[in-house]
Amino acid sequence: MDGLLPELEVIRKDFPILERQLAGGFPLVYLDSANTSQKPQVVIDTMVDHLEHHNANISRAMHQLGSESTEAFEAARDRVAAFIKAPDRDEVIFTKNATEALNLVANSLSWATGDLAVAAGDEIVITEMEHHSNIVPWQLLTERKGASLRWFGLTDDGRLDLSNIDELINERTKVVSLTWVSNMLGTINPVARIAARAHEVGAIVVVDASQAAPQLPVDLQSMEGASRPDVLVFTGHKVVGPTGIGVLWGRREVLDALPPFHGGGEMIETVTMQRSTYAQIPHKFEAGTPPIIEAIGLGAAVDYLDHVGLDAIHAHEQALTGYALEGLTSVPGLRVLGPLDAASRGGAISFELEGVHPHDIAQVLDSRGIAVRAGHHCAKPAHARFGVQASTRMSSYLYTTPTEIDALVDGLNYTRSYFKVG
Amino acid sequence: MDAALDSLYQEIILDHYKHPHHAGLRGDPSAAGTAEVHHVNPTCGDEVTLRVHLADGVVSDVSYDAVGCSISQASTSVMTDLLIGKSVEEAMGIHQTFLELMQGKGKIEPDEDVLEDGIAFAGVAKFPARVKCALLSWMAWKDATSQTLSKENS
Repeated sequence: MDGLLPELEVIRKDFPILERQLAGGFPLVYLDSANTSQKPQVVIDTMVDHLEHHNANISRAMHQLGSESTEAFEAARDRVAAFIKAPDRDEVIFTKNATEALNLVANSLSWATGDLAVAAGDEIVITEMEHHSNIVPWQLLTERKGASLRWFGLTDDGRLDLSNIDELINERTKVVSLTWVSNMLGTINPVARIAARAHEVGAIVVVDASQAAPQLPVDLQSMEGASRPDVLVFTGHKVVGPTGIGVLWGRREVLDALPPFHGGGEMIETVTMQRSTYAQIPHKFEAGTPPIIEAIGLGAAVDYLDHVGLDAIHAHEQALTGYALEGLTSVPGLRVLGPLDAASRGGAISFELEGVHPHDIAQVLDSRGIAVRAGHHCAKPAHARFGVQASTRMSSYLYTTPTEIDALVDGLNYTRSYFKVG
Repeated sequence: MDAALDSLYQEIILDHYKHPHHAGLRGDPSAAGTAEVHHVNPTCGDEVTLRVHLADGVVSDVSYDAVGCSISQASTSVMTDLLIGKSVEEAMGIHQTFLELMQGKGKIEPDEDVLEDGIAFAGVAKFPARVKCALLSWMAWKDATSQTLSKENS
C-alpha cells in the first residue's frame, strides 16, 4: 500500500502497549487514537528520568535540581514552538488540556476591555461540528455578555456550509472559533479561508487543533498573516504525549491585550496588598506550579513526531483512511458519517451499522481485542445534524497497520452475524 | 471468547431488544397520578422519556420512548413487565432487588421469583461500563414515581 510509513514495524516497537494481549488471548487492536494516542518508550523514559534525576519545582528553586528542572521545562516549550513553527516561543502557553486552553481564551475575553471586549449585540461564530469544549465556553461567554452565538451549518456530506460566510461573519463578529479537523466527521476545514474572512471584519480567530496537530503539519510561520489564526490550541495526549498538558499558542498582541485567566504564583511581576502587576507572556497565563513532568513528556513526544515527520505521518494516515473507508463501506448496512474521500479528511471515521447500537458494536469488538469509541464523542450537535444519537468511531494513527483495519472489518461482519442482522 | 459475550447478551435480552414490551408513550402526562421524566446517560447518549401512572397505590402503567443500546432497551422492556400492576411498595422492592443485582459485580445469584426475565441481566453486572445502560430506565422510573407521590402528598 502506497503512503504507509516505511518503518511501520520499527515504529510499532516504540510503543510498548501494542504488545498487550487482551482477554481471550486477542492482541490489542487499538483504533481509538482520536480519543487518546498511545505513548512511545521515549516519552515514558523522559518522564521517568526527570522524576528520578531532576525533579524540583521550576523558576524559583535556587539549587541545581531547580535549574535543571526549569531548563527542561523551558526546553519543552522550545520543542513545542518548533513543532507548530510558532513565530515566537514566548507565545506558547502550557495549559492542562485543549479544554482549558479554550476556556482560558473565552474567559479572558469576557474580562477584556478595549478592542477585544465582547458586549451586547456582538456575535461569536462557531460551527455545528465542534467538540463540546469549543461550544460550551462560547455559550457561557455570550450568555454573560448578552452577545449572540452563531454557527456554520453542515452539508449532507459533513463539510462546513460556507454559502453564507459573508453574512455569518460580519461587522458584529468578535470571535470565530472552529476546529481544524472534526473529531467526529474527520472533515478538514478550510481554516485559512475562514480566518481571512474573519480578519476582514476585525474578528479574532481561534482554532482547535486537537485532531489536526497529531496528523497534519502545522506551520504557523509560513501562513500568510491574514489567514493565520490568532489562537491555536491542542492537547498533549493526542500527540503521543501524556495527559494533563495542553498548549495554547496565541499571537503576542492578542495575549498581551487579554487579562490573566488564573491569578497566583509565577504569573505576577509584583504583588502588594492593594494590587498586582503581571508577568510577561508566557508566564502571565501560567499561574501556579505547572504540570512540569507532563510538559517535559510533551516535549519528547513532539520531538518524536518531528523525527518521524508530520508529512510522512499525514501520508500514512491518508493511506490507512482510504483503506478503512473501502473496508467499512463493504460491510452491508454500514453508513459512514462525514466525507468519503480520504484526501479531505483525517483518520477518525464515525459510522453507524443498521440494526446494531454503537455500544453493542463496541462491546462485541472489544471481546475480540479491538478498541473503538462508541457514543456521541462529545459532539452531540453534529450527531443531531445527521439524525443519529450515537455512532461508532475508529481512529488510526502512525502505528496502525492495514491488518488492524482488516480485523475491524471482520469484527463488524461478525457483529452483524452475532446480532442476526440482515 | 463468545462465552463472555453470551453472558452479557442473553437471548432474553436480545428478544426484548428486538420486540420491546409496552413501548410508546401513553396517557396524559399532566393527569393526576402521572409524572413524566427524561433521563440521559451523558457518557454515551442513551435517552429515555418515561411516564409513570399511579392509581390507588398501584403502578397502573409505565410508558416510554427510548433510544439506546440493546441493554438499555431490553432493561426498560423487562422493567415494564415487572412493575406494571404491582403496588408501589412491591415495585420499590423489585427496583431495590434489581439495583442490588446490578451493583453486585456479578457475584449475586439473581432471584427468578422476583426478577423473572430480569435475571438475564446478571451478566451485565460483570461489565461495569454497561451497568449504567441497564439502570437508566429504572432510575427514571424511581424519579417519576417519587415525583408523582410527592405531588399527591402536597
